[in-house]
Amino acid sequence: MQMPIRHHISDQLLMAYSAGQLPEAFSLVMAVHLSMCDECKARLGAFDAVGGAVMDRCDVVAMDTGSLAATLAKLDMPVKGTPSQALPHVQSSLPAPLADYIGGDLSAVKWRSLGAGVRQAILPTDNTASARLLYIPAGKAVPDHSHRGTELTLVLQGAFHDEIDRFGPGDLEISDEDINHQPIAEAGEACICLAATDAPLRFNALVPRLLQPFFRI
Amino acid sequence: MFDFTTPEKIAAQPAPPPYDGREPKNVLRRKGQLVSNKAVPDQTMTEQDDWGAMILRVSANQDKEAFAALFRHFAPRIKGFLMKSGANAGLAEECAQDVMATLWHKAHLFDPTRASAATWVFTIARNRRIDALRKSRRPEPEDLPWGPEPEPDQHDVLELSQETARLAEALADLPKAQRDLISRAYFGELSHSEIAAETGLPLGTIKSRIRLALDRLRHKLS
Repeated sequence: MQMPIRHHISDQLLMAYSAGQLPEAFSLVMAVHLSMCDECKARLGAFDAVGGAVMDRCDVVAMDTGSLAATLAKLDMPVKGTPSQALPHVQSSLPAPLADYIGGDLSAVKWRSLGAGVRQAILPTDNTASARLLYIPAGKAVPDHSHRGTELTLVLQGAFHDEIDRFGPGDLEISDEDINHQPIAEAGEACICLAATDAPLRFNALVPRLLQPFFRI
Repeated sequence: MFDFTTPEKIAAQPAPPPYDGREPKNVLRRKGQLVSNKAVPDQTMTEQDDWGAMILRVSANQDKEAFAALFRHFAPRIKGFLMKSGANAGLAEECAQDVMATLWHKAHLFDPTRASAATWVFTIARNRRIDALRKSRRPEPEDLPWGPEPEPDQHDVLELSQETARLAEALADLPKAQRDLISRAYFGELSHSEIAAETGLPLGTIKSRIRLALDRLRHKLS
């Protein structure tokens, strides 16, 4: 039986997601966790209700003359409701928002090796932050790194632990600046994570740092 | 840090107040141009019920009269909200029209047992803002495996509407500085790291709104 999710989205991130203030890569991590977690879904509903109350009470600005008529005339035209940059939907066993970014299942991921069996795949988001999938073989460590910005790591399969805690499927780790940690995948099954960061990671070993420009990590 | 909604803490909350037997109003009330946006608290809930009922009329009957009433209420608020968010008047006007057109086309997705009309319209406006102003994408969570009921349970609708009204009242009662900070977050003036500061959200009413939503999700799944 699946372990319950223990590590959730923080209030700060959830409010920022509700307010529409997160970089695309962070929003993707939020959307995937929310797809797996009823508690956070319920919490998001409350933050959206705060947004609704803010909009309902904000100063009204009169619409232009003829605005209603213009809108009514538009209603019979084809839907323009979907965002201009929406990704096409794909069928997959993964949570829908992730499947849309991969363009299919995990089998469709185009992995690139980072050495020692660790692999990653950058996902196509805007450049305000970056999102990638990480594949860490069972028992192996993610290269030791520290952060300049915020890094979100969501476990999709397997589990990892660091000096402080254990993270299994659906768990979200939020790392801020000054955390210098070395996550290790648990024995048994490879750990696959969705990770997003708003700053380049700094690896503490020389070689990975030299590789950074090539791998966009 | 404001730590008030950690899931482990939700379960320990007292039960929500019992259903008080009042039936929501489903009448279409004609509204003229609003002169003031300071709703009297005990009217808020009734108004929210009405706006939700009107979205259902749009959904069920493609009711253009209900749509016009919704437009007169929400479009000037959406426009004001988008201008607060940095759009010029022309763009805000265009986007507010788009948001209302989206409301028309997506009315069948509105579930009054899960969101009030104002909450739902806000999410459409926010998404339009991300698309039109920030030229960015916003990944959305997977849809629930069930859609809105064709005949929503009136008790559920009322309960949600009461919780939402209570939350709006609690926000309105906050000291101005806190209220302004929360507004600025939703107008997009604060980055996600700035939102980390204390905003003083009304904890009790938020927890109660969360508990209701969670009960609904779990009830549906069981």
